Amino acid sequence: MASLITCPHCGTRPKEEFSIRGAAAPKRPSATAKDEDWHRYVYVRDNPKGRYQEYWHHVAGCRRFLVVDRDNLTHEVFGVTDASDFERARTAG
Amino acid sequence: MRYSAYSILKQALSGNRLWKPAWREPQPKPHYDVIIVGGGGHGLATAYYLAKEFGITNVAVLEKGYLGSGNVGRNTTIIRSNYLLEGNNPFYEFSLKLWEGLEQDFNYNAMVSQRGIVNLFHSDGQRDEYARRGNGMRMHGVDAELLDRDQVRKMMPYLNFDHARFPILGGLYQKRGGTVRHDAVAWGYARGADQRGVDIVQHCEVIGIRRDNGRVTGVETTKGFIGCDRLALAAAGNTTTVGHMADLELPIETHVLQAFVSEGLKPVIDNVITYGAGHFYISQSDKGGLVFGAEIDFYSSYAQRGNLQTVEHTMEEGVSLIPGLSRAKVLRSWGGVMDMSMDGSPIIDRTPIDNLYLNCGWCYGGFKATPASGFCFAHLIAKNETHHVSRFMRLDRFERGYTIDEAGKGPQPNLH
Repeated sequence: MASLITCPHCGTRPKEEFSIRGAAAPKRPSATAKDEDWHRYVYVRDNPKGRYQEYWHHVAGCRRFLVVDRDNLTHEVFGVTDASDFERARTAG
Repeated sequence: MRYSAYSILKQALSGNRLWKPAWREPQPKPHYDVIIVGGGGHGLATAYYLAKEFGITNVAVLEKGYLGSGNVGRNTTIIRSNYLLEGNNPFYEFSLKLWEGLEQDFNYNAMVSQRGIVNLFHSDGQRDEYARRGNGMRMHGVDAELLDRDQVRKMMPYLNFDHARFPILGGLYQKRGGTVRHDAVAWGYARGADQRGVDIVQHCEVIGIRRDNGRVTGVETTKGFIGCDRLALAAAGNTTTVGHMADLELPIETHVLQAFVSEGLKPVIDNVITYGAGHFYISQSDKGGLVFGAEIDFYSSYAQRGNLQTVEHTMEEGVSLIPGLSRAKVLRSWGGVMDMSMDGSPIIDRTPIDNLYLNCGWCYGGFKATPASGFCFAHLIAKNETHHVSRFMRLDRFERGYTIDEAGKGPQPNLH
């Protein structure tokens, strides 16, 4: 039930320590990008059923932003990465 | 059969052998004028008003589960129209007016009970904000009354008035708000639609939307292909899943909301109460159970069940507001999946596809909207024209910068 989250910095912690920001998939466009791209980034969501990446903020722990990779139907958690590592891997990939 | 005192008497005298099912269980026809995807409150209400108000009766409602198995039977049954913004208030007031005449209109006892709703406030700033909302409502011709602490205490002596951190200073009272038996709403609309010729097809899941030349020609379902002239989506938490079949881009995230009911108790809570220091709402059903809920679970979820942390949080809020609640036992809890929109307000609109219509984004406030949502959606489908009270609820409002952000929380769906 996504009750325990393994923070890469703090170890396995209860969900209560985290605050949830939302979908990690949308990628922030450049400041000069078209209105259309900004609209898509701010408002449009893929909202898939199943595997889902979401920003979680470890507010009562290390205060790092994390990306929790999980299933939003079974609530199984597959992995947790630091958001900066997630961004680096995504940019490199 | 029309339900009346006479029909009950007649049935009683004949040993209750002549009752008929409230709706048929038809096999789908090959083609309909209108197909509505989703046999919840909004889909059924849409079918009812299409048939009754707009004369379109060659209609099918496709429901993947059984009728009323989704959010229409999973909410906390509250009706009200205490909204501030122009894009919302006239719409919800229209809905409340429809609720007021609904049982006579569809000849079904939905137990509409206008017991009043009180939104409590706990600080001077919050009082000013509620006074503003109340004034906004009155300017729209909606009843609103600002109660002081003593007036609230007289109505609800069991509340925790002297809470050290969140003392109750008063409340915004809408007398015409209240509760409705939610299952009966689904059944009443289903029966009314069925009587007018609408086919309600249960256990029929839409798995594809067939298009030709930029127009929808029908839907692939678990019961085969069904053709249609117009397709209307009212799929709540599954809106994206269905919308993606037609390549719609949607400002929707799906989240789970939990609700709770206690064991049956003697009458104690006469009204609907909302807690201003958190997000908690409670009323008492006619069976005696206390029906209550709080916030969504905050993470994206398609599961119709929630997290224990939210259960605990809800109970803490409840006990903080009503200390006596700690002595009641919770009987049941359940979850429903919500189509949370990016500004907390719904969408009733056309889509980029000519004959595809969209009704979604109800967040967790969809129940009270059921009649108006159905009426306005039916109006849109029948006339291809937006009803004037839902004219702000457009799909492209995000792009144009005309969001309806009642709570002022920005594009963060889990906060609405």
